[in-house]
Amino acid sequence: MKFENYMILEFPSKSANEAFARSAVACFAAQLDPTLEELGDIRTAVSEAVTNCIVHAYPNAYGIITLRCRILKDNVLDIVVKDKGVGIPDIEQARKPMFTTGGSERSGMGFTIMESFMTALEITSSPEKGTTVHMRRRIQRRI
Amino acid sequence: MQFTSFLQDGRLTIALTGEIDHHRARSYIDRIRSKIEAYTPEECILDFSEVTFVDSSGIAVVINSMRFMAQIEGKLTLTGIGEQPMKVFKTSGIDKLVQIREAV
Repeated sequence: MKFENYMILEFPSKSANEAFARSAVACFAAQLDPTLEELGDIRTAVSEAVTNCIVHAYPNAYGIITLRCRILKDNVLDIVVKDKGVGIPDIEQARKPMFTTGGSERSGMGFTIMESFMTALEITSSPEKGTTVHMRRRIQRRI
Repeated sequence: MQFTSFLQDGRLTIALTGEIDHHRARSYIDRIRSKIEAYTPEECILDFSEVTFVDSSGIAVVINSMRFMAQIEGKLTLTGIGEQPMKVFKTSGIDKLVQIREAV
């Protein structure tokens, strides 16, 4: 068994689910005994990934967002946020700080925050098929 | 969501509350703008003491507030920022663009 534990959530791309998604992941991650700072980092990164699906993947209609969390060995939290939306035409550009195709309530800092708050970040996307954001965060063991 | 605000000597303090994400950002921006437009203060102080979570949408709230204050040639100050919001602000570099004051 490669994982120690896992959970899978599926919900529509409604903005009210941003808070639900980050809280659900935080509750699941609690079994790793994270510090408040680690928990804050995880909540923020999940919030960014889910918001991207809501704003960018499904701009004109509601679509499905799948969130999978696994606990891997060595206290690693593995998070996958997946949509079947429009895809990202240029991932390198999307990852640049301050770049956004969103409106004035967006800042273009989503990927920058995911990158700096998580240990690893991988984005795969294909046009009209969707985007998968794969993030990992190692939780420090406390003695 | 109700924000308390008060005006004293041309300084408008707005006490924000709750979690600032994309779901709520538009409402925060609209409320801050309407208060700034109503009072046209020399300085607007956004008090984050009761804000428990901020993501990149919170950065947009600060940037929009800076813009509203620039339009009336006033300045924006942030205060009472907790650890999680501060980390988001520092990651974005917004802490270098706006004055941040320790909570009074």
